[in-house]
Amino acid sequence: MAAIPAPARPPAATRRPMSRRSRQLLMAAPMVLLLVTFLIYPSAQLFLLSFQKGDGFSLENYQRLLGTPVYLTVMMLTLKISVVTTIFAVIAGYPVAYLISILPKAKKGRILFWILLSFWTSFLVRAFAWIILLGRNGVVNKLLQTLGISDAPIALMYNFSAVVIGMVHALLPLAVLTMLSVMENIDRNLTRAASTLGARPGMAFWKIYFPLSFPGVTSGALMVFVTAIGFFIFPALLGGRRETMITQIIIEQIIQTMNWGFASAVAVLLLAVVLLVFVLYDRAVGLSTMTGESAARKGRPGRRGIFSRIGDAILTGLGHASDAIIGLFPRRRAREGAPRPLLGFVTVLLAVMTLPVLLMIPLSFAESGLNWPPQGFTLKWYQQIFDSPIWMSALTRSLVVGFSTAVLALLIGTPVAFLMVRGRMRGKTALLAFTLMPVVMPNMILSVGLFYLYAKIGLVGTNLGLIIGHTVIAVPYVVLTVMSVLRNYDTRLDLAAQSLGATPIRTLRLVTLPIIGAGMISAFLFAFTISFDELTIALFTSGGMSATLPKQLWDEVSLSISPLLAAVSTCLFLFVTALIVAVGLLNRRQK
Amino acid sequence: MSTLETQGLGKVYGDFVALAPTDLKVEKGEFLTLLGPSGSGKTTLLSLIAGLAEADSGRILMNDRDVTYAAPYQRDIGMMFQNYALFPHMTIAENIAFPLKMRGTPAAEIRRLVQEALDMVRLPHIADRFPKELSGGQQQRVALARCTIYRPSVILMDEPLGALDKKLRDQMQFEILRIHKEIGGTIVYVTHDQEEAMTMSDRICLMNGGRIAQLGSPADLYFRPQSLFVADFLGEANLLEGRLVSGADGEGVVRLGDASEIRVTLPRPLGQGAAVKVMLRPQNIRLEDTPGEGLNARLRSWSVTGASTKFFLEAPALASDPLIATRATAMSARAPEPGRDYRLSFDPRDAVAIPADEAA
Repeated sequence: MAAIPAPARPPAATRRPMSRRSRQLLMAAPMVLLLVTFLIYPSAQLFLLSFQKGDGFSLENYQRLLGTPVYLTVMMLTLKISVVTTIFAVIAGYPVAYLISILPKAKKGRILFWILLSFWTSFLVRAFAWIILLGRNGVVNKLLQTLGISDAPIALMYNFSAVVIGMVHALLPLAVLTMLSVMENIDRNLTRAASTLGARPGMAFWKIYFPLSFPGVTSGALMVFVTAIGFFIFPALLGGRRETMITQIIIEQIIQTMNWGFASAVAVLLLAVVLLVFVLYDRAVGLSTMTGESAARKGRPGRRGIFSRIGDAILTGLGHASDAIIGLFPRRRAREGAPRPLLGFVTVLLAVMTLPVLLMIPLSFAESGLNWPPQGFTLKWYQQIFDSPIWMSALTRSLVVGFSTAVLALLIGTPVAFLMVRGRMRGKTALLAFTLMPVVMPNMILSVGLFYLYAKIGLVGTNLGLIIGHTVIAVPYVVLTVMSVLRNYDTRLDLAAQSLGATPIRTLRLVTLPIIGAGMISAFLFAFTISFDELTIALFTSGGMSATLPKQLWDEVSLSISPLLAAVSTCLFLFVTALIVAVGLLNRRQK
Repeated sequence: MSTLETQGLGKVYGDFVALAPTDLKVEKGEFLTLLGPSGSGKTTLLSLIAGLAEADSGRILMNDRDVTYAAPYQRDIGMMFQNYALFPHMTIAENIAFPLKMRGTPAAEIRRLVQEALDMVRLPHIADRFPKELSGGQQQRVALARCTIYRPSVILMDEPLGALDKKLRDQMQFEILRIHKEIGGTIVYVTHDQEEAMTMSDRICLMNGGRIAQLGSPADLYFRPQSLFVADFLGEANLLEGRLVSGADGEGVVRLGDASEIRVTLPRPLGQGAAVKVMLRPQNIRLEDTPGEGLNARLRSWSVTGASTKFFLEAPALASDPLIATRATAMSARAPEPGRDYRLSFDPRDAVAIPADEAA
């Protein structure tokens, strides 16, 4: 690139505004710096470490990884669990997303609330709820015995199904939300048009709605899969000895044997799988579908390919089959509103999604321990938490770290969002992809990388280390939230304010911020929640004596299950509920 | 024989009466327009006919078959949506072929008919493109081809030209009329644009507040409005206040505010002494330079609006609002002088008495 000649210094009195380029650089710089220093650099370190043995280059770590049957089994099992989880989550999530997309606004909000509540309830709390639910004296066993299905408690936990149940339960909201973002953009008139053109309901769904929602299905599957493959909470707590996933090996290698080289090799392998999945996805569907835009079809002249014709035939068959089945039932007169079977299915699913955590709450007040049904009422578990310096210091730390993370993420993310929405520049897509890196990269890799880096610069066990780590994963969500707020903001209002004599700063303060304020607070609360729930980074970098709430909970859960933990989980759950309600109210007031 | 008939058809949303019980007959081959402001019930009526909403009362008959509760795909209709509703994942040919496929038409026949339809809307070479690659006007034509290719007995159009610019609109109006003539179907057309309704329709069904305000030919509605709403909605109208002195056989005499009496047309019989407003279209008022017997008004201002020149006149005794008269713009005309008094003259056939107390 040719050098750009430096502009002559203007006289000081008429300060010339910064050039567009340097202003844009300045806006993106903090985030770029953050991600390069605390995401890319540590990951690159891990990459190098994985090829080291002693002082020289070696492939020994990979040889060990690929040459040991145990590790290969773990990898296959990890893939199996992730694939099964993905399939179940997408199939169960589709009707929910579909229902939400066709409901009128008021009802939509109600269902969406339960989905968001599940989405933001930490994985740890939900895994813990399942432990109580599936235990020997848990609700499920008691129910089976009451119904006479079994005489003695059955071992429901510590097996493959328990892990998959927990993970599907954990990732269903993600599947629903991802699919919903595509379905919301499908014009409702299209299925109506199909109907006026002679298509029966089954045919209209399979030939029109389903193909249009398919990008949502694939991107939902992608998101669920890449998240599932990095899980360790569920296999560790709900799985048996055999249900070990790849991230657990990393934890074991670091915490127990400090074998950095080998742990890095596992991390690199994990990352490679994730990247491979993304590349394959991009080839097959196109990554642009992730943002909710429908993939731009290339104007292929001539006939459709063989695959699309087979697909079309299958959809036509499904359409006929559905219509035949629908035809078996008498037609209801009231055609308006959602079909009743769908409503029923979604209601049951929402109940299943929410109940485990809700059932845990009464147990935290019970004197009978974690056995179902709860007996007696006591506040002693809560009393113990508040009397315990360990829990209270963990709580304080979580609040401080969460608050600082939210502030920092907002300060760093907001300028980037402005740049993405308002800025005229090349390479926006690249910048967005860069911003989303922390979402794509399994948190485990980031955590191990940060641990290694922090160990060298003395940030292990400090709040600052945690805040930086949490900011890295929270920033993309802040950017996305603020971007969506800015997209809905009419920039002509700014021009109007300035034409009426307001300076840019006053425009921002008096016009822009009051309007986008609620959205900004939402972004703040999201960032806070992410930090408040975060376990993986805290697991490594918080050190022995300075745990956060999730870390403390994790440590205790791994040792023993006690009603005290139910009380802690209940507190965490109620706290997040309060935040979600707050965001909901804010958004409603804004509208 | 009527192709489409509604009997006492009504729709209520909670407390809101979207459509009061409505009787309407559409003849075979007719172009009927549902015209009205937003919220007047025209779109509700269309949705009920299409089967996209369900009636709370009354019946819908198509070719004498009761289809009140039939699903859209069981009715013999075609519908053109406001935003076209072309299927984005299908090519143009696939879009147009869709209704035929749903009806099990053989593939070879489909190919022939699709090409024919594309020729008819003058887009013969775009079969393999996707909707996104077409301009608004082209999408419009494709939507038209798609909803007419299977020759449904009723074609419903929901403000189909709303999204097009003025010039394209005029062009498409003409196009729709041409195709209507070619295929000879019955069309029910919704619009809020009175000019469009006047240009295209055999009959206009003007709606207001969930009911039919007046149903008739464009000329009927324009020259013989039966209510103030109709007079006001279609074109500009001057309304002079007065009382009916006498009236019979569609003619009458009205005493105006300045005590002068004029001869008027009575579209419907009114009782003697009834409060009326006399509607005069601006182009039907002649301005006589010589004041004298009759109605006088003072010129306040005037402006050239293009083909016609508008005069704004004051006559407090006749009407509270300023009166408007128009005249064809011409260089040869003498420049009028604001502040001068003019005498207003008109043909009694152009002065229509409308009951004044009728709400809306």
